Amino acid sequence: MKKLWKGNEAIAEAAVAAGCRYFFGYPITPQNEIPEYLSWRLFEVGGAFIQAESELSAINMVYGAASAGARAMTSSSSPGISLKQEGISYIAAAELPCVIVNMMRSGPGLGGIQASQGDYFQATKGGGHGDYHCIVYAPSTVQEFVDIIYNAFDVADEYRNPVMIIGDGMLGQMMEPAEIPPMKDTSKMFEKYHKDEWATCGHSDGKPRIINSLRIEPDENEEFTLRLYKKYEEIAKKETKVEEYRMDDAEIVFVAYGSVARICKAAIVELREQGIKAGLIRPITLYPYPTATIEKAAKSDKVKKFVTVEMSMGQMVEDVRLAVNGKKPVEFYGRCGGNVMMPADLVKYIKEGK
Amino acid sequence: MKIIADKPKMLTETPTHYCPGCTHGIVHRLIAEVLEELGKTEGAIGIAPVGCAVYAYRYFNCDMIEAAHGRAPAISSAVRRVVNPDNIIFCYQGDGDCASIGMAETVHAAMRGENITVIFINNGIYGMTGGQMAPTTMPGVKATTCIYGRDPKVYGNPVHLSEMLATLTGPAYIERVACYDVPHVKKAKAALKKAFTVQMEKKGLSFIEVLASCPTNFHMTPIEAMEFVKTQAEPFYPLGVFKDITKEEN
Ligand SMILES: Cc1ncc(C[n+]2csc(CCOP(=O)(O)OP(=O)(O)O)c2C)c(N)n1
Ligand code: SF4
Repeated sequence: MKKLWKGNEAIAEAAVAAGCRYFFGYPITPQNEIPEYLSWRLFEVGGAFIQAESELSAINMVYGAASAGARAMTSSSSPGISLKQEGISYIAAAELPCVIVNMMRSGPGLGGIQASQGDYFQATKGGGHGDYHCIVYAPSTVQEFVDIIYNAFDVADEYRNPVMIIGDGMLGQMMEPAEIPPMKDTSKMFEKYHKDEWATCGHSDGKPRIINSLRIEPDENEEFTLRLYKKYEEIAKKETKVEEYRMDDAEIVFVAYGSVARICKAAIVELREQGIKAGLIRPITLYPYPTATIEKAAKSDKVKKFVTVEMSMGQMVEDVRLAVNGKKPVEFYGRCGGNVMMPADLVKYIKEGK
Repeated sequence: MKIIADKPKMLTETPTHYCPGCTHGIVHRLIAEVLEELGKTEGAIGIAPVGCAVYAYRYFNCDMIEAAHGRAPAISSAVRRVVNPDNIIFCYQGDGDCASIGMAETVHAAMRGENITVIFINNGIYGMTGGQMAPTTMPGVKATTCIYGRDPKVYGNPVHLSEMLATLTGPAYIERVACYDVPHVKKAKAALKKAFTVQMEKKGLSFIEVLASCPTNFHMTPIEAMEFVKTQAEPFYPLGVFKDITKEEN
């Protein structure tokens, strides 16, 4: 049944439904409703919550719970996500599954608390040190956030890789009708974890298990990294997700994700009413990136140009340019600092070029 | 022939990489012996630090998690909530790990009164990175980042971590021990046994600080390094029990 949910709370309940039983976090606007909700909810379902002393500690608690074979998550917003980066690199390198939510606010520095997409580079290009990637989703509605997080723990488990879901203050704070899927059966989940070869849960079959990311021999570390990248290739093949909106006859192609994609859709409706054939490519996964979809559009005779729209100074636009590879012009329209563009701004930009 | 002393099974066959005269090896063995004597090797989970003991995960014959530098108490706090409450969980940390970069994690795990045991190896120096000043380097002692000796006016003061943690409500047992001679090794073993017993009784965080040697970075022979702990470190870091809630309860 659909109910009116505040974004952050819907996300928290969907994580519980997905089988998440452990949450570790530190307060920061605009994601506070996630820890607030889970601080009581997890105890109702036999899990646990810790308000950590810092984001640094919180992500390492996630590392610990995941090591022991539990479904664990943390959430934060931009400055807090920066603090988590060391831990995320360790989680990727120890091949532990977990889910990290970033409700982005504007940076750099302490910045502001309004919606932003300034953490695209950080989320998709590593963020922490070394060669690794999170699987990154960017939902654009509360319902989509719910559905993605519901599935995210399974994806994290399957590849033993951290999943990051990035939203922004708008998505976290808005209220929208959403349906939370049914509770997953966790009993078998945990059974499986504890039987799996790797979880350091103090099992007693006499074969000690080790969770580790130290590979001090260059050959060993290279071999491991090559294996990680094989995994990323497989993830790219199987997990890439993208929405194409009114692309059949589109001449002008917006590329946008998250909340901004919704603004683009409104602009597209308005532009089409005025006789301008606009469409949208909306990456749902930011890593792996839907490069092939953009490549295909770049090759189409109909498409005249791409306009990447972001709440940043232009981060994803670099991936769009790589995909388009000079075949068509790629323009950029952005607002930053916590400001949001209006559909009318985009209509004006397309018609007047500014 | 009768075997009267043997290597604990809780230690793996892997030879340790520690320098001759280093305390890390002694403390590893004590932990292993104590867990065997308490019958708690099964299900034990250890958290290894970043520091000279980084390879602790190769030496203990139980599930081991290698932590990022300083984060072992945070990791173990989460593990505590996931696994069976009867499983022993221990963090093994150096002074840079536990009292500098991971100070917040140490203090907050202690504040929460996590039912874990933290073994804190205070050798007064950064061993692994080559002898830099530690948060526990004593005034006047030379390190590669205070080459004329630690002048507290310039380089700040060292920390007495056991005393500091003893001011908190959360910890159940705190003791500082040394390992420079056989009687002290025996006392250290008794302290570890007490610490793990406190955890078995689910009384909260137990914390054992071990005054340790680092002959390599103090440029000493193993014997000189032990002598240094006895004559220099112990007077500055007095041995003893700083907190024991089992006593308060009696
Ligand atoms: C985030 C981070 N900073 C710095 C280091 C480098 N580092 C490795 S071990 C260490 C100090 C270890 O000293 P201590 O904890 O006293 O242990 P010991 O080697 O003396 O046993 C440092 C600074 C690191 N690995 N990670
Ligand atoms: S450098 Fe010091 S602490 Fe490290 S193994 Fe050698 S003696 Fe031990």
